[in-house]
Amino acid sequence: MATTKITPAEETMLDAVADAATTTPPGTETVMMPVGIPGYTLHQEARQVPTTQPPVLPINKDLQYIGKSAKRWDAHAKVSGSARYTYDIQLPGMLYAKFVNAAVPHAQIVSIDTSAAEKLPGVKGVYVIQHLLGGAVLRDAALKSKTYPTVRYAGQPIAAVAATQPHIAEEAAKLVKVQYATKPFVVDLEKARQPNAPQVFPGPADQAGTAGGGGGPHGVPQTGNVHGPAIHKVGDAEQGFKDADVIVESKYSTQVQTHSALETHGVVADWKPDLLTVWASTQGTASVREELAAFFHLPKSQVRVITEFMGGGFGAKFGAGNHGVVAAQLSRQTGTPVWLMLDRKQEHLSVGNRPSSDQTLKIGAKKDGTLTAVQLISFGSAGCGTGAGCAGPATNLYKWAALHTEENDVFINAGPAAAFRAPGHPQGAFALEQTIDELATKLNMDPIDLRDKIDENPVRRVERQIIRESALWKSRNPKPNADQGHIKRGVGLSQSVWYRHINMNSAAEVRVHRDGSVEVLSAVQDIGTGIKTVLAQVLAEQFGVPPEKVSVKIGDTNYPVGPNSGGSVTTASLSPAVRDAAWQASQKFLASVAPGLGTAPDDLVLTGGEVRSKSNKFQPIAFRRAAAKMDTDEVSAQSKRIPDYNKGHYDTYGGVDVAEVEVDTETGRIHVKRFFAVHDCGRPMNPSQVINQINGGLIQGMSYALYENRLLDPNFGYMVNPNLEQYKIAGSRDIPELHVQLVESYIGQSSTDASGIGEAAGVMSAAAAIGNAFHNATGVRIRTTPMTPPVVLEALSKAPQRSETA
Amino acid sequence: MSDRKSPSEDAAEQSSSPQNSNNVATGISRRGFLKGAGITAAGTALLEGVQVFSREAVAATHSDVKELGPGAVPVTLLVNGKEHTIQIEPRTTLADALRVHMGLTGTKVICDRGSCSGCTVLLDKTPVNSCMTLAMDARGHHVTTIEGLPQNGEMHPLQAAFVKHDAMQCGFCTPGMVMSCAALLEKNPKPTEDDVRHATAGNLCRCGTYPRIFAATLEAAGTSTRNA
Repeated sequence: MATTKITPAEETMLDAVADAATTTPPGTETVMMPVGIPGYTLHQEARQVPTTQPPVLPINKDLQYIGKSAKRWDAHAKVSGSARYTYDIQLPGMLYAKFVNAAVPHAQIVSIDTSAAEKLPGVKGVYVIQHLLGGAVLRDAALKSKTYPTVRYAGQPIAAVAATQPHIAEEAAKLVKVQYATKPFVVDLEKARQPNAPQVFPGPADQAGTAGGGGGPHGVPQTGNVHGPAIHKVGDAEQGFKDADVIVESKYSTQVQTHSALETHGVVADWKPDLLTVWASTQGTASVREELAAFFHLPKSQVRVITEFMGGGFGAKFGAGNHGVVAAQLSRQTGTPVWLMLDRKQEHLSVGNRPSSDQTLKIGAKKDGTLTAVQLISFGSAGCGTGAGCAGPATNLYKWAALHTEENDVFINAGPAAAFRAPGHPQGAFALEQTIDELATKLNMDPIDLRDKIDENPVRRVERQIIRESALWKSRNPKPNADQGHIKRGVGLSQSVWYRHINMNSAAEVRVHRDGSVEVLSAVQDIGTGIKTVLAQVLAEQFGVPPEKVSVKIGDTNYPVGPNSGGSVTTASLSPAVRDAAWQASQKFLASVAPGLGTAPDDLVLTGGEVRSKSNKFQPIAFRRAAAKMDTDEVSAQSKRIPDYNKGHYDTYGGVDVAEVEVDTETGRIHVKRFFAVHDCGRPMNPSQVINQINGGLIQGMSYALYENRLLDPNFGYMVNPNLEQYKIAGSRDIPELHVQLVESYIGQSSTDASGIGEAAGVMSAAAAIGNAFHNATGVRIRTTPMTPPVVLEALSKAPQRSETA
Repeated sequence: MSDRKSPSEDAAEQSSSPQNSNNVATGISRRGFLKGAGITAAGTALLEGVQVFSREAVAATHSDVKELGPGAVPVTLLVNGKEHTIQIEPRTTLADALRVHMGLTGTKVICDRGSCSGCTVLLDKTPVNSCMTLAMDARGHHVTTIEGLPQNGEMHPLQAAFVKHDAMQCGFCTPGMVMSCAALLEKNPKPTEDDVRHATAGNLCRCGTYPRIFAATLEAAGTSTRNA
C-alpha cells in the first residue's frame, strides 16, 4: 500500500509513525494522511488502516476528477424530461389509487361503507387501513382502538381505492362513507398544555425515529399532552448562573414548516407471488424494503425497491409509509400494479413537517465571555408524533461550564412531524445565535470575538476569520439602528453545527469489462444531492476515464445495500466503500491483464488512465487498450464501508453565514439582500454540487424565516393552507444574492475523507442570521418566525424597550 | 402566482371559429359554454350538471357545434411537431393528455392548481400551466413540451446551459423551469436577470437552484457569463 510523500519537515511525525508501527494490530499498517485546512492548518497525521485499503488520497488540488466540479451525471436526463421518477412510472394495466382521508381532527371511526365506491365502473379494489404507520404509538397496547385506527388529525388516511383512471379513483374515494364518533380536539400548542385540554392520546405514547433522525425520546414522563421533559444536565447550572457576570434570558417561538417536496410521497407497487416490486419516491430504498418485508412477513429477498430518480425529500421520505403498504395491499388484491402518489394536500397534512418550538433560553457568562451556564426549556409540537426537541445547537455549538436542557413534545391533533433537514437545529439556532449576539452586546464584545472565545471548533475559527475579512462584514455598522430613514440596513451572522454520522450498511460493486467500460452498482438513491456524480468521479479517478463515461447504476435493491440518505450520511458513508471496491477491482484488473502483457501483476500499476510496467517492459498503454488483454470478460469487486480510521474522534461540520437585510419599518417587510456563507464538509467531492446544496439550504432557511407557516384553524382543526399558493415558499423574486465559499477540511477518517453537506448547508443558520441582521438594522430583537410584516411591526412597536441599543 | 396570461380563452375562440371547423374533433369550447350560459341565464341549468349545461349551450348558440362527452372522444393534438390522436374525456387536462395518454412524462404536475408552473408547456409560443388547460383547448395549436425542445437531436442552448451551470438538484421542477425560460428567450432574446426572475416567478423550486437557473438562462441568451 502506497503512502503520501513525507517531507523532511515532518520528521518528528515520522517518529510518531515508528512508535505507532510497533503497536500496529495485525492486518493494519500506519499511514500518513493529510489533516487540516489547506492554506491554514494542513499537516500530516498518522492513521492505522487495514492493509486492504487503497492508497491515501491526496488533497483535492492534486487530483484529476475528485474534488472537481464534474458535470452532474444525470443532468441530461433531468433537463430533457427523460428522467423517470416514481411519479412517471406507467406499467401495463396499472391501476391508480387514491386515499380516503379523515374529515375530522379527532374521532373514533364507527363504520366504513365502501359499497358505493366498489360499484363505480372502473373501480377494481378498495382497501381499509387496519394498521396505521407514522405518529406516536401508545405504550399500553390495551389502550389502542380495537377496530379502526383512531383518527388523530384531519387528513389521516383511512382507506384507499384503486381504479383504471386517476379521476375514477378520485370519484370513488368520495363515495366511501365514513361514520365518525367525534372527540374533542386541540390544535393549539398553548391550549394543549392546559390540564383540561382534550387528550390526543389516552395514555403515554412514543414515536420511533427514522434514518433521517426525528422521532423523540422514549420512556420520558407524559402528563396530558405533554410528552417530557427529556432532561439533559451536565455540571451545576444553578451554580453557573451564580458565577455569571451577565445573564441573558429570552423566549423564542418558531412555526411548523412542511417539507413540500415537489414530488409527493408515493409508490408504484407490483405484487407478484414470488416478488413484490416497488418503485418508491424515497430517501432510502433499504428502509422501504425493510418496512415492507416486516409488514407483510416477506423475506427481504422477495422485496425489490427501485428509485431511479427522486423529486426531493428533505428528511420526510423514509420507510414504506401508509402509501407503500396500501399500494402493495391493493396490488395483491387486484393482481395488478398500483400507482399511489399523494396529492398536494395530503402531502402537507400527513407525511411530515418540522415541529414548532416555544423556547426559553438562558445563558450566563463571565466578563471575558466564558459561558458559565446554558439552560434551555423547550415545548414544541410534532402533531400526533414526537421529535420537537431543539437543544442540539445549545448543547453542541459552544463550550460551557454547565448545561441544563429540558425538551418537551406537546401532542396536538395534527399530522405527525418527520425528520426535516437538520432536525431541531433551525429552531435551536434561531434562539441560541440571537442570544449569543445579545450576550456580546451586554459584554460590549464584537459578535465574532465572543464566538472566537467560546467556540472550540478549529474549522469554524477559520470560517469566522474569512467572514471577519469580508467586505460584507466590514460594511456592518456595529451600532444598531444607525440608518435614519424608514428603510434600515443591517448585517448579522449565525453559526451552525452538524455531526459526522456513518451508515455502515453502505456497499457497492465495481465492474471492469474487457471493452474498457467500468460501472458501479449500489442500492443507494440519488435524492438530488448528486451521489451519482460523486460515485462516477471516484471511479474516474481510479481508472482515468472521464466521469460521464462511467456507468452508474443505483437506486435498486438488486444491487449491494446502500445507505438511507438522511443526516448528511450518504457521501461520507458510501464513497469510501466505492473507492475501496474500485481499488480492488483495479488490482484484479491488473492481475487479469498481466499474462496478456507478458509480465507479473505486481509489475503493473494503473495510474492516470494508463497501465505502466514498473520494470519498463513496455511503454505505458491506455487503460482501454490494456482492458482488451483481460483473460476474462469481466472482473468485479464488492466492498462495504469499514469503520472510520480514527474512531475515537468525534467530528462535526458547520458553517458561518452572514445575512444582509433591509427592513422597511413602515410596511414591516424584511428584504434579504445578500448571504455570504462559509461552510465545511470535509473533502468537498464536487464543489459545484456542494455549493448548489448550500444555495438551496440558505434559500430554504430564509423561506422558513420569512414566509412558510402551516396554519391550523382552531375552530375546526383543519389546515387552512394545504397548497402551494397560500403556503408561501420563497420564489425567484425573493432570492437574495448568494455567495458561498467552501473551506476544505481534511480529517483523515476514510479512503475518500468525504463528508456530507445536506444539513450543514445554511438551512439551520439562515433564520438566526436574519434575526441578528434585523437587530443590527433596527435595534430591536425579533424572536418569532415567520417574520411576516405583522410580526415585524409588532416587534418594532415595542421599540422603546430596546435593551440592547448601545 | 404566475403573472402570465392563460391563452385558453384565445384557444377556445379559435377552435369554435369557422376556420377551424375542419378539426378532427370540433365541439363545445369553454367560450361556447360561457356564451350559452350567459344567454340563457339559466342558473338552475348550471346546477343540473354538465350535460344539461352543454345542451343549453348548443341550443343557445344555434351553431353547428357538436356535443362532446361525457365519455371519451377522439382528439387530435399537435405535440412537438407530431399529430397525436387520443381518446379522452372532454374534461381531461392537457397535462393528463400528455402524461397519461401520450406517455410524455417530462411534464410534471406538482400543485395541480396553477401555482407552481411545474407543468409548463408552450401553446404556440406562450407558456401555459398544462394542469389548468383543457386538452380540448390545445387543439389547433402547436404544443411544445420539454421532450420537444431539442432541435435536430441537439439540446436547446438553454438545456445545455442548465447542464453547464448545474441549474438543478432533484430535477423535478427542471422541465417547467426550462419551458418558462425558453418562452422568455423566444419573446425576449436579451433578458436581464430581473426579466428571468419575472419569467420564473410562478415556478417553484424546493431545492433552491434559482441562482443557477438565472445564470444559465442569461448565458444561453448571451447576455451574461456571470456564474452563480
